[in-house]
Amino acid sequence: MTERTVDNGARSGSGRVRLFRGAGLAILALIVLGLCFLSVAIGTRSVAWADIWAGLQGQTETIGQAAVAVRIPRTIMAALVGAALGLAGAIMQGVTRNPLADPGILGVNMGASLAVAIGLAWFGMDMAQLYVWTAIFGAGVTAAFVYVIGSLGRGGATPLKLALAGAATSVAFSCFTIAVILPRNDIAGGFRSWQIGGVGGATFDGIRLVLPFLLVGFAVSLLSARKLNSLALGDDLAAGLGENVAVARGMAAFGAILLCGAATAACGPIGFVGLMVPHLCRLLVGVDHRWLLPFSALTGAGLLILADVLGRIIARPSELAVGIVTAFVGAPFFIWIVRRQRVREL
Amino acid sequence: MTSETLSLTVTANRHARARRSRRVVAALALVLLAGFALTLMLGQSFTPPGDVLRVLMGGDVPGASFTVGQLRLPRAVMAVLVGLCFGMGGVAFQIMLRNPLASPDIIGVSSGASAAAVFAIVVLSLDGPAVAGFSVVAGLAIALLVFGLSFRNGVAGTRLILVGIGVAAMIDSFIAYLLSRAPSWDLQEAMRWITGSVNGAKLDQAVPVLAALLLFGGILLSRARDLEALRMGDDTAAALGVRVGATRIIVMLSAVGMIAIATAAAGPVMFVAFLSGPIASRIVGPNGSILIPSALVGAVLVLAGDYIGQFALPSRYPVGVVTGALGAPYLIYLIVRVNRAGGSL
Repeated sequence: MTERTVDNGARSGSGRVRLFRGAGLAILALIVLGLCFLSVAIGTRSVAWADIWAGLQGQTETIGQAAVAVRIPRTIMAALVGAALGLAGAIMQGVTRNPLADPGILGVNMGASLAVAIGLAWFGMDMAQLYVWTAIFGAGVTAAFVYVIGSLGRGGATPLKLALAGAATSVAFSCFTIAVILPRNDIAGGFRSWQIGGVGGATFDGIRLVLPFLLVGFAVSLLSARKLNSLALGDDLAAGLGENVAVARGMAAFGAILLCGAATAACGPIGFVGLMVPHLCRLLVGVDHRWLLPFSALTGAGLLILADVLGRIIARPSELAVGIVTAFVGAPFFIWIVRRQRVREL
Repeated sequence: MTSETLSLTVTANRHARARRSRRVVAALALVLLAGFALTLMLGQSFTPPGDVLRVLMGGDVPGASFTVGQLRLPRAVMAVLVGLCFGMGGVAFQIMLRNPLASPDIIGVSSGASAAAVFAIVVLSLDGPAVAGFSVVAGLAIALLVFGLSFRNGVAGTRLILVGIGVAAMIDSFIAYLLSRAPSWDLQEAMRWITGSVNGAKLDQAVPVLAALLLFGGILLSRARDLEALRMGDDTAAALGVRVGATRIIVMLSAVGMIAIATAAAGPVMFVAFLSGPIASRIVGPNGSILIPSALVGAVLVLAGDYIGQFALPSRYPVGVVTGALGAPYLIYLIVRVNRAGGSL
């Protein structure tokens, strides 16, 4: 076999892989669409098909149609936030080369939540726009804090050290959050239900508020895919390839923090989505971030919609907040990864 | 130095350490007693010591009978009892697993007991001893689950902590769900099961806690020497004639028992189990049994935390929030210190 045919074979092989992955992405998008439809159709109240159809067209005359009208923003919000968390998780796992990284486990969501609590209780923050900025600020500070603590000492930020630093920070911050919010009887009740993590109260206004932040976050994150691929080779090799390691890390982390902060501001701190999704997607498409990131975003969207629908079915006639559902699915997954013989760096 | 003088020095040192340990225990007990007396006298209003004594003797003093006998006394008694339970049970866990992070409130045992209590109250409408029973069973189940899941050629430190944190995350969201199903509860009542509180305690609720303290505390104290030996590692302990497996099981059963029953009464008072041991070992020094000092430190923490939460801050907090705000920085500090030292954590 000549060198040339080998080359051709490899190229056509990679072309085929690209075709498969492109088709996979399309199928995934279809599945997410299907789940969106399920989420609009299924709920605590059973709605007839005619009413679902009418509700989708914007009618709100019967109770069923009104229920459908409420479910539409909720579904869109779940898709957006799920995509944000899945993507953020994939980036965090890439940046820290840590299979346990997740916006919830590393305490980033809790940091965003604490910042919002402080803004609400101490500074009387009432402008909705400010709310998102505060959450993003909290997410960024916490991410830096956890990374510094986790990388102290010998061996730098090993997976277990970083996860432990994040989990401890998360526990500590949830204590502070309670202490900050408790004296304010007027906002404490609402804050607590927000903090469980749910998309139940989503409105189009809420979506419009966080959408710009999420879009910038999506763009920055997806653009950093190639840089993450270089980082995966190790810092030295990445630098040898001409990559500015610090800039690459910073850019990817910035995207992830935007996504986590905006998602938390919209729906409260939802954990474990960003942990599970990249692991599942790596099974499908391997470690190439150019594919891993879009797959993670779509899978995250699908997962959160599914979790939301499940929460409505399981707890009929009331409903289970989506944060509770993801904790119940995600925590065993987390334990499973921790239990593996050696938690390898990615 | 001949071997005889050496052995004399060793003996003298040991006596000196035992003396110091006794002195520390006496001092801690005095602090606790003083704190207890103070919380009975001082609240929104001042009650003179004579009136407090008369109420304690069963006398009827107008006004004081209610504030001291009905409000302050049950609250203070409950705070001291659950503090003793958390302090002793927590340090028993930490010694047994040789890791300060392996305290029951971090690895999910307290959350499990709390979730069971909420479940028993909200869903099954139980009360009294049945709730405590539920808590004990759930606490044990969670402890076994965490050990089982993290077991691999011996229980490894960090893996156990992370598995525990994962389990705790699930339980906490279960509690959040249960609480959301009990809309008649106000936030204060809900906070009891999330952070712990001795608000509205009654004396008869303290009886099971006292029983648990006497029974399980007695068992733990009778095993104090074996527990200390475990601190040096399983092999060393076995070489010293300790039955390692049996000691572990007995210690775990007793520690979980006291913590779960205390949790069923006052909720999982945050970080008291985690903080008491390290504080006590700072005070006592490296030697001597730490069970009693740690229990006393736990009681002082809960008593002081409850008092601070009621009167010293601009608004009222349940005790768990105060101890939580105290313990959270220490938790982060501990991780910083261990990472710096390059420990195997």
